[in-house]
Amino acid sequence: MSSDGENEDLMFEDEYDDAFDQDEDMEDVDSTSEPDVYDALSPAIEEAPQKKPYDISWKVRTLQEIIDMQNKEIKKIQSLLEVPASTAAILLRHYVWNSEKLQEQFWNDPTAALQGAGLSPPSSPSTRTQTLPSSPEKRPNRLPRTTVASPSIRTRSRLPTEPFECPICCTDFDKTLVEGSTFAMGCGHRFCRDCWGEYLSGKVKGEGESAKIQCMESGCQRVVREEVIDEIVSSDISKRYHNLLNAAFVADSSNLRWCPHPNCEYIIECNQAPARMLNQLVPTVECKCGHELCFGCGYGASHRPVLCRIVKMWEKKCADDSETANWLQANTKECTKCQSTIEKNGGCNHMTCKKCKWEFCWVCMGPWSEHGTNWYQCNRFDERSGIDARDTQAKSRASLERYLHYFNRWANHEHSAKLDAEFYRKTEKKMEQMQNSGNLSWIEVQFAKAAVDAVIKARITLKWSYCMAFYLKRNNMTELFEDNQRDLERAVESLGYLLEQNIVDTDSIAKLRQDITNQAAYVQKRHDILMDDTLKGYLERRWEFSVDI
Amino acid sequence: MAAGLSTKRLMKELSDINTKGTPPGISLHSADSMQDWIFLISVLGEETVYRGETFALRMKFGNRYPIEVPEVTFLANPEYQPPVHPHVYSNGHICASILGNEWSPVLNAVAICITMQSMLASNKKKERPEGNDRYVRTAPSNPKLTRWHYDDDVSLIETETLFEVEVEQ
Repeated sequence: MSSDGENEDLMFEDEYDDAFDQDEDMEDVDSTSEPDVYDALSPAIEEAPQKKPYDISWKVRTLQEIIDMQNKEIKKIQSLLEVPASTAAILLRHYVWNSEKLQEQFWNDPTAALQGAGLSPPSSPSTRTQTLPSSPEKRPNRLPRTTVASPSIRTRSRLPTEPFECPICCTDFDKTLVEGSTFAMGCGHRFCRDCWGEYLSGKVKGEGESAKIQCMESGCQRVVREEVIDEIVSSDISKRYHNLLNAAFVADSSNLRWCPHPNCEYIIECNQAPARMLNQLVPTVECKCGHELCFGCGYGASHRPVLCRIVKMWEKKCADDSETANWLQANTKECTKCQSTIEKNGGCNHMTCKKCKWEFCWVCMGPWSEHGTNWYQCNRFDERSGIDARDTQAKSRASLERYLHYFNRWANHEHSAKLDAEFYRKTEKKMEQMQNSGNLSWIEVQFAKAAVDAVIKARITLKWSYCMAFYLKRNNMTELFEDNQRDLERAVESLGYLLEQNIVDTDSIAKLRQDITNQAAYVQKRHDILMDDTLKGYLERRWEFSVDI
Repeated sequence: MAAGLSTKRLMKELSDINTKGTPPGISLHSADSMQDWIFLISVLGEETVYRGETFALRMKFGNRYPIEVPEVTFLANPEYQPPVHPHVYSNGHICASILGNEWSPVLNAVAICITMQSMLASNKKKERPEGNDRYVRTAPSNPKLTRWHYDDDVSLIETETLFEVEVEQ
């Protein structure tokens, strides 16, 4: 309903950024410099086989471990500040689980710290509250025991010895019922339990609030404690309330992230990929559910080797309606020689203008003669020779073409990767065929599946490499990048071609098997080279982008 | 309680109005049903830009009232027009934090009237909110479905299914 939450989110980020500003260099970001508070709880660290400088370690947590983490922090604060557990919890939530900051501010000014968190006696604008409990420092938070009415000051009815009318539902309570049927927090604003229940259920169920549910009194900022909510609301609402608290804890912790995959309830913990490192790290992690995700941005798959921010820009650009309109516009092009408008409605990229017979490449618009057999020259959008082509075309169209060049290749690999199920199915059929006609054992035909794995993995990397290339500035480094990209692209296409081959006879199977195995190994090698070089390049600050990252 | 919550409370409010009356400039115009009340509001004194004008404030109470805020609008019909005010749209929708995140169940119908009256009294310049036409053209009939923002000094509406409106407080 309000923008409060948003503001607080911003504030949280700032605080975390500040916390991370202490260590500036990449070398500092390892498990020793960023102490792992929850180490005692960590069962094992999932580590890559050989650790590369750009690899990160992470842990997959269960919900119970997340709860334990909170309880551990709460216990710590509870004993350090000598406050009840629920007070410690409210304080920690208010200070976004930054216990150092909480302690500092608490010892500096306990009243202000408690007041800020919605714990101290209120300064309610309501005229009903007259007196406030004295010296909140000494006993800042006497816990109102939920079964018994709060021992602190009352508002309208001085004590449960007087009859009481709930100011919300106007129900009268006999003095004997006041204690059992009404409730007031430390702020003294008393209401009947039914109204409390209605209100709290509405907050939890309707508005999804958890950590910051306040007193019902107008303007009173007293935060309702966990045990009060648990005591008053039904068990399913209470369950939802605790789920919301846990979700808020994960959202507030920069080292935690929910696995984004449907029905997966694991949480990833990673201390090595704070927001400020995301301009040089692509923290791809794997959840216990078997899926990969990006810890940096929550993308539900690996987007390596591209930085989170670039991915976001790219996705926005591709989703943008204006780009879609541009794309439609770009389905027609002018012949670079005679300016006739041509619509490509199928066939290959070797275009021959019907009017002037000029032969050119549909993708780069360069003369076809330059392509010849060297088709892969076209993976590179050569801006210098593009300038010549642009002389005959509108300027906007040129930048559009540049975008489309990368977008089409990106989309092409995206599309191919999406067909992976079909690819596996076809390959499996072939594997069966090889087992039957080639007398190969099951284990001997697994090479084909491994090859498909390699193709799909490489296609996803290639897909992202085109997004990367779109944002790279033209320089020597970019050329090297595109060389690696081209090599991988070639290797993948040849492997794809081999996998499409029909099995003719038993003799050919042996050769095909050899070829596919070799080519798959080559694809894997080219893939690793591209990935390794690109990710290392971030750390060595080799990549220059045309946009700010 | 659930179903009876609003009824009992509204009965009490009604009887309070009948016995104790309403503050100056505020009167209950009609309470034909327990769920739908209309108050007439005028700003008293010579200083106000609304001198001589009377506005009709309509409140629709749901059965979760007063836990939930009532639906509050100024009437816009041949007889009554909404006040020209930077927080009041020409369809009668009002952007006020008390009708949103600052609603408290201890507040009541008369308290809403008083807030509206003082909102009008403090206004010096008769003008519609920025983006009034756009909002009115596409607004949901129930202003509670509009997502109001009360934190900025600029009025702003985003055209989404839910409207984001920022109005200075």
